[in-house]
Amino acid sequence: MNRFFAIALLPLLALLSGCNAVVMSPSGDVAVQQRDLIIISTVLMLIIIIPVMVLTVFFAWKYRQANTDAPYDPEWDHSTQLELIIWAAPLLIIICLGAVTWMATHLLDPYRPLGRIAPGKAVSETVKPLQVEVVALDWKWLFIYPEYGVASVNEMAAPVDRPIAFRLTSSAVMNSFYIPALAGQIYTMPGMQTKLSAVINNPGAYQGFSANYSGAGFSGMRFTFHGLADDGFEKWIADVKLKGTTLDRVTYLQLEQPSENVPVQHYANTDPELFSAILNRCVERGKMCMSEMDEIDAKGGLGMAGIYNIRSLEYDKYTRRGGAIFGPDPAFVVGICTTQEALQTSMNTVPLPPLNTSPFVGAGLPRPSPAQLFGLHRLPSNS
Amino acid sequence: MSKGTATVSATADAPVFYLKDEHDHAEGGSTMFGFWIYLMSDCLIFAVLFATYGVLGGNYAAGPAPKDLFDLPLVAINTSMLLFSSITYGFAMLAMAKGKVGATQGWLALTGLFGAAFICIELYEFAHMIHEGATPQRSAFLSSFFTLVGTHGLHVTIGLIWLVTLMVQVARYGLIQANMRRLMCLSMFWHFLDVIWIGVFTFVYLMGMLR
Amino acid sequence: MFDNPELIKLVFGRLTLESFPLHEPILVATFIVVALGGIALVGALTYFRLWGYLWREWFTTVDHKRIGIMYMVLGIVMLLRGFADAIMIRLQQAMAFNGSEGYLNAHHFDQVFTAHGVIMIFFVAMPLVTGLMNFVVPLQIGARDVSFPFLNNFSFWMTAAGAVLVMMSLFVGEFAKTGWLAYPPLSGIGYSPDAGMDYYIWALQIAGIGTLLSGVNLLATIVKMRAPGMTMMKLPIFTWTALCTNVLIVAAFPVLTAVLALLTLDRYVGTNFFTNDFGGNPMMYVNLIWIWGHPEVYILILPAFGIFSEVTSTFASKRLFGYTSMVYATIVITILAYLVWLHHFFTMGSGASVNSFFGITTMIISIPTGAKIFNWLFTMYRGRIRFELPMMWTIAFMLTFIIGGMTGVLLAVPPADFVLHNSLFLVAHFHNVIIGGVLFGLFAGIYYWFPKAFGFRLDPFWGKMSFWFWVVGFYFAFMPLYILGLMGVTRRLRTFEDPSLQIWFVIAGFGAFLVALGILSFLIQIFVSIRNREALRDLTGDPWDGRTLEWSTASPPPAYNFAFTPVIHDLDSWYDMKKRGYKRPESGFRAIHMPSNTGTGVILAVISIIFGFAMIWYIWWLAAIAAVALLAVSIGHTFNYKRDFHISADDVVLTENARTDLLAAGVKS
Repeated sequence: MNRFFAIALLPLLALLSGCNAVVMSPSGDVAVQQRDLIIISTVLMLIIIIPVMVLTVFFAWKYRQANTDAPYDPEWDHSTQLELIIWAAPLLIIICLGAVTWMATHLLDPYRPLGRIAPGKAVSETVKPLQVEVVALDWKWLFIYPEYGVASVNEMAAPVDRPIAFRLTSSAVMNSFYIPALAGQIYTMPGMQTKLSAVINNPGAYQGFSANYSGAGFSGMRFTFHGLADDGFEKWIADVKLKGTTLDRVTYLQLEQPSENVPVQHYANTDPELFSAILNRCVERGKMCMSEMDEIDAKGGLGMAGIYNIRSLEYDKYTRRGGAIFGPDPAFVVGICTTQEALQTSMNTVPLPPLNTSPFVGAGLPRPSPAQLFGLHRLPSNS
Repeated sequence: MSKGTATVSATADAPVFYLKDEHDHAEGGSTMFGFWIYLMSDCLIFAVLFATYGVLGGNYAAGPAPKDLFDLPLVAINTSMLLFSSITYGFAMLAMAKGKVGATQGWLALTGLFGAAFICIELYEFAHMIHEGATPQRSAFLSSFFTLVGTHGLHVTIGLIWLVTLMVQVARYGLIQANMRRLMCLSMFWHFLDVIWIGVFTFVYLMGMLR
Repeated sequence: MFDNPELIKLVFGRLTLESFPLHEPILVATFIVVALGGIALVGALTYFRLWGYLWREWFTTVDHKRIGIMYMVLGIVMLLRGFADAIMIRLQQAMAFNGSEGYLNAHHFDQVFTAHGVIMIFFVAMPLVTGLMNFVVPLQIGARDVSFPFLNNFSFWMTAAGAVLVMMSLFVGEFAKTGWLAYPPLSGIGYSPDAGMDYYIWALQIAGIGTLLSGVNLLATIVKMRAPGMTMMKLPIFTWTALCTNVLIVAAFPVLTAVLALLTLDRYVGTNFFTNDFGGNPMMYVNLIWIWGHPEVYILILPAFGIFSEVTSTFASKRLFGYTSMVYATIVITILAYLVWLHHFFTMGSGASVNSFFGITTMIISIPTGAKIFNWLFTMYRGRIRFELPMMWTIAFMLTFIIGGMTGVLLAVPPADFVLHNSLFLVAHFHNVIIGGVLFGLFAGIYYWFPKAFGFRLDPFWGKMSFWFWVVGFYFAFMPLYILGLMGVTRRLRTFEDPSLQIWFVIAGFGAFLVALGILSFLIQIFVSIRNREALRDLTGDPWDGRTLEWSTASPPPAYNFAFTPVIHDLDSWYDMKKRGYKRPESGFRAIHMPSNTGTGVILAVISIIFGFAMIWYIWWLAAIAAVALLAVSIGHTFNYKRDFHISADDVVLTENARTDLLAAGVKS
């Protein structure tokens, strides 16, 4: 049975040899604390695991049938002391581990602003965290820097030792934003916002990717995360500003169309409302924002008058959308004009990109033509 | 199995290891228990639908809310239909216990009529809402409403089919043991649907109007 | 008439010639092999005139033992399919480096890993577990059959119908490309408009009905059909775990049924439960599916724990240590199984307090599980351990499972989960507990009860080959995945950039190859054992010196299991009977009341397949006919009141005398 042991210890040996196990040797303080937690928990559990494994092998060997010298007691099936120990030993370990878990989970809550940037180095009160808005698209990552008005696709940079406050969402399906060297992952979900606090301590280029399967182009959803010194980061921003193009709603709608293995792109000017519009699923012209919808719903909806306040989807992204066979055409709720909206009418003057009716290739998704058996008769909205 | 336990009076010197004198077990000895378990699992399906309604019930997607759609007097009539049907089913069971085939069939028929009335009123309510445009597709609230109430309606419909089948079987074979057991099962099913409906009426309709 | 597209659409729905993967050489070749194999099988069955025998004695049987065996056959056949998928995944991931795309494109790779997960859980692990419970439980509690014998047959055929639909997707259309739990919006009609997702839904729904009814059935059986004297605390431990598993099935599968029904409505009717717009909420699906999904894990592992308990006690020739704490540990696990589901998505951002609550409840499960391990340990203590195959699997389990348990508790620490979630570390963890726990347990159970089911043992040489290939192969296949997980590699990736990862994937692929040899050895073992069955024959009915009632019957047991209902005085009832001078009755037999066979289960399952197929391909006329037919056949079945017969006393005498002769021959030899 010794063979088992050697093999069972393999992962530990691998850790000791410290190959490129990034989870075990990360470069961001949050990930370092998470790594420490893994080690503490493992050691706590080994206190009980190792004796059990040793005892298993020892008992199996000692009480083998051939060993007639060993005591044999076929009726012995109960011992109150032993059973107390059997239940108490794991219980004690779990009490310790539970306490560690409770503290660590609160301390390392991804939503909690960072308290320190490294062991013993508290966050200075003058330093404001770097704001980064992350959007998971089919199948690439969009990073928006609201303080700088720039954005990039499949590349991200952050200054060393400055806290980063991520706000994340997704345009279509669930993904998980993960840079192992920086911090643990967090889901990105359409119509919902998640948050992540992190800091990078060592300069370098690290790999980031989606850790939740999201469809055909999932494997290619990789990006590089650059940890840069302050001046290097300023230079990176300046570079983006110099070479980048503009990211407004129209370019975004083109960008969000499914594509795989997308090269790095930079945007010098970004619509400051874009992230909020993506999050609230109202980038397209005329669509009601989810925040607005929630407010209306909280007040009891729009009543019977609101029933027909919907319009068929026309935008290209949705040509890949199948319709439910017995359902209506894909549609959206029409937004109600507010002052803020009126100010944004500039968008309406920009023509939408031409409708691309060719079927989407790569995702293996043929363009569906649903038979409308019980299609809704819908009145056009004038709002 | 209880029949055997009487013979288990094993003394240390002469243990009894098997039942020498055993009778056939009545068929369906665990049917009631098994059907109970099934009902509990069905109850969990409703629990999921209630939970779904609890989560999504306020998401009107800027469309109509319960107070715009529900016609409480109509639903009250509907509720009374189902409650009456439970009472009449109870009378059917009493008649069955006395072995009166005719009375049993009569009460069962009445139960079926009340049940059918319930289904008709529910279908009318659905048709009316869909006609006004409040379709299941319009909002998550309507999706969960139609699914919860519709699943209950589907259960009642299946109950009606079962009821008719049993009436035929009682007419053909009389109140034999197997048929009485089946009537008991349907009785549990029917009252179970009643209980579920009380939940729907309170949780969906009454609380919906208050929302 | 075939140039009218509307008509064709009316007749065939969305099924077109393009739905058949004629342009995929791999699939065409597979199809040819499967078709040739099928034709050969059908030909052989016809040639040897076995159809009537199969129909009368097996397909329509209501005998729990035969139904159990059919579940096992289904599970093993599907294991071959599920394992073929596993090999394909390993091969692709070992190849796709340095810009290579491997040999599978996304369209295929995504189907392969989805099918692998679905098949292994629903159509391998579930049938094997249900099959063992079906075979063993009535024998262990001294019953002649289950509570609802027809329902048992129907349940099996519904499970098989689900498996048939999954297999169909290989050659007609495609399977889901969503991962085995099919999270929306990806599994919604917008992002998965093709038939693959519908195969998933209908296969699981149909099989789910079978599982649920089988759960109701076994639960009623254990509660209502125990032999006199068998109080709950004299219940054999495997039956206890089976009881808890069936409670879990009855309380968890309705949630799966409901959540899949909601997804179906989203996909077919356009409702908005899990959509992004119109107020839908995809997070609700994730919660609901895991409220089913986590208990499902315990549905699989609890019977395995029961098997290990029986095996350890039998092969250590000793009472099980701490029976009472074993029972309470099982009950605690059953209850806690419902309080941990959120640990599957700590990364959704539920907040620290919610995450720690579910993290800690998860850890608490390790306490009763740990107690169980200790109990097995102290069952071996002061025993006389015989290292037959079931015991070897048990030792391998104890050493392997404990590693999986440790990594599981590690993953239950939310901040640690943030870095390990969805990584290959997670994949290694759950394979560690499902292979190291469930599968090793099933093998222990198969080797343990095979002589009971067929009257001869399995060949030990090939069994040991299979054992070593499996165990060593498992470590080679999954230890590299732990390491890759710590290197930050996530699951379900089709291509890789970092060339330093490749060596680990190659090692894992080698492990999978060893496991393949293990499966091959297992098949050879069955073949060799059937050929040498006379030499391996078990005449006593008690080849392992067993302790529970099933070993008091002949191997294989007669249709009625027990000529006289046994009376129980002790937890280890058969051990007690042997010790206190039980004499097998040789006279005084009476006629025995038994349920009759029926073909209704097969018919309903076939109609269900047609219904599912029609719904998947939008062939509405066929779906309507099938639905009406289902209802009609079900109602028609209730008009059959003659569902039982008596095995005459003479027949019982014949069977029992044959056993008396066998036992005598056994004593002589």
